[in-house]
Amino acid sequence: MAMLEVNGINVYYGSIHAIKDISFEVNQGEIVTLIGANGAGKSTTLQTISGLLRSRTGSILFEGKSLGGIPAHKVVSMGIAHVPEGRRIFQQMTVEENIEMGAYTRPAGEYAANLENVFRHFPRLEERRRQIAGTLSGGEQQMLAMGRAMMSAPQLLMLDEPSMGLSPILVDEIFDIIKAFHESGTTILLVEQNANKSLAISDRAYVLENGKITLTGTGKELMQSEEIKKAYLGG
Amino acid sequence: MKKLQKSNLQSVSGSALPYIVVVAAFFIVTLLQKSGNLEQHMQGMLVPVCCYIVMALSLNLTVGIMGELSIGHAGFMSLGAFSGVVASQSLIDAVPNTALRLALSIACGACVAAVGGFLIGLPVLRLRGDYLAIVTLAFGEIIRDIITCLIVGHDKNGLHILFNFRGTKTVADLELVEGGLPIIKGAQGAIGTTKISSFGAGVILILIALFIILNFIKSRTGRAVIAIRDNRIAAESVGVEVMKNKMIAFVISTTLAGAAGALYGLNYTSLAADKFDFNKSILVLVFVVLGGLGNMLGSIISATVLTLLPEVLRGFDQYRMLIYAIVLILVMLATNSPKMKALLQKLLQDVKTLLFKAVPKRKSEGEV
Ligand SMILES: Nc1ncnc2c1ncn2[C@@H]1O[C@H](COP(=O)(O)OP(=O)(O)OP(=O)(O)O)[C@@H](O)[C@H]1O
Ligand SMILES: [Mg+2]
Repeated sequence: MAMLEVNGINVYYGSIHAIKDISFEVNQGEIVTLIGANGAGKSTTLQTISGLLRSRTGSILFEGKSLGGIPAHKVVSMGIAHVPEGRRIFQQMTVEENIEMGAYTRPAGEYAANLENVFRHFPRLEERRRQIAGTLSGGEQQMLAMGRAMMSAPQLLMLDEPSMGLSPILVDEIFDIIKAFHESGTTILLVEQNANKSLAISDRAYVLENGKITLTGTGKELMQSEEIKKAYLGG
Repeated sequence: MKKLQKSNLQSVSGSALPYIVVVAAFFIVTLLQKSGNLEQHMQGMLVPVCCYIVMALSLNLTVGIMGELSIGHAGFMSLGAFSGVVASQSLIDAVPNTALRLALSIACGACVAAVGGFLIGLPVLRLRGDYLAIVTLAFGEIIRDIITCLIVGHDKNGLHILFNFRGTKTVADLELVEGGLPIIKGAQGAIGTTKISSFGAGVILILIALFIILNFIKSRTGRAVIAIRDNRIAAESVGVEVMKNKMIAFVISTTLAGAAGALYGLNYTSLAADKFDFNKSILVLVFVVLGGLGNMLGSIISATVLTLLPEVLRGFDQYRMLIYAIVLILVMLATNSPKMKALLQKLLQDVKTLLFKAVPKRKSEGEV
């Protein structure tokens, strides 16, 4: 049984049919990537899994339990953390308060250990723990959003375009951290436009086009596919 | 949650400073009163000032902390005022002790306003966008109309309530038995109320409101509410339940408005529902905006200054409202300019260090 099973979901924004009968799965211990052009429906897919949006049909199973009808705030406590697109941090809180909010659903006893874990991955956040989050650089804000999500000690971490708008050096750094999260036992569902980097670290990947999955395979297979090279790898 | 660092939000309002200011003001005013240095019309302003301070604190919770606009807050004050008056007048024989009766009446007004806040919040807080502003605006007007139609009296058989929708009913229709007491007479409002509010009670209410709000901000629910205000999607993504947390904040806010209303209502022998109109809601909103969103001490100061200012300016007669407007603009400029803000912060900081030096025990409290 896969950790996450998505079966035939259809998601609409009013009359716009954004996700058309998508099915995929993520196994325990994998890094799985969804790649696709702008507007393909990647963010919509993640938001549906985390309970922010609802599917009209089909089912989503996490460790065998249905996520249908479970509100977003309960999905977190089931072990799924979602880092939404676009550095959504609490601007007016300090770095540490942001991180603290990530532990919102966890028992207080776990706090110290989780905090230590986050600071180990993000020493830069520890240095800036008292800084107001809104004054962090874009890359630091992305790190903060990821660190905050890790505070809920998730089994499955969903990242929505973590490398968006970052300099090449920072992109490398972010991907290293994703790998480190993965090595410490977190299963990862990644959404990326940076197909090169994401396919390189992925066990498997799915290609989304106009709300449909058009291609699937291992990261290596897809990197070698002619279609992918043309559409996403710039050659 | 534990191990909170002080954020900019808490740096001013999270400390003991607001309490110290209120208690100090209380002693100064009491001294002035005792020595006969407080003019008659100023004495009459004491309880209303307390009520407006509590109103401003209450609205600041909704507007500043929760980030939702309520422009019908006078409606909740009105609910509290009239239910407080009804409670007090009905209890005149049962609870002769005025302090106790005042406390019970304020609690009653607070409860009724809490229920009102809950009923308003239930449909509205689910929605995204500024629906709360529209709905509270309508609520304020509707409450005013309903109370204008209300005829209430009390006799030994209990409360008698009539709705005078057609304008044909009078107090006589309540059919009160011998010794019965009419309490609310339709458009005339509450008539013949025994005044039991006092400045001391007002100060205690302010301190209670401060205590509730400042502790709420530091609580788990308060953090969640601030997180929702800062970024709703991020808040949901860390597992914050939006509806429930907003509801708690809003009901606390309306409860305090109801308590302020009851204190206000029991300060006058007669009180019409028209007192709590749209203008009053906006007035309280002005207190909150000028005092600074999320800044509780700011709300206390601006509510005091702006309530007293028209009275102080009475001597200037026809220029009164002009000066009032100029002061409003100046304060707005001052609180919005970063330079002035920095200066004020520094002044506050100085006052704080001075006070903490004078009262060394407090020092450890300031640091978390
Ligand atoms: N709130 C919304 N209301 C209406 N349509 C929406 C909304 N959000 C997304 N859509 C539409 O749904 C489709 C999928 O959007 P989605 O955000 O999931 O794409 P994406 O793959 O994440 O794109 P990007 O890479 O640009 O972030 C798009 O056509 C988009 O216009
Ligand atoms: Mg997207």
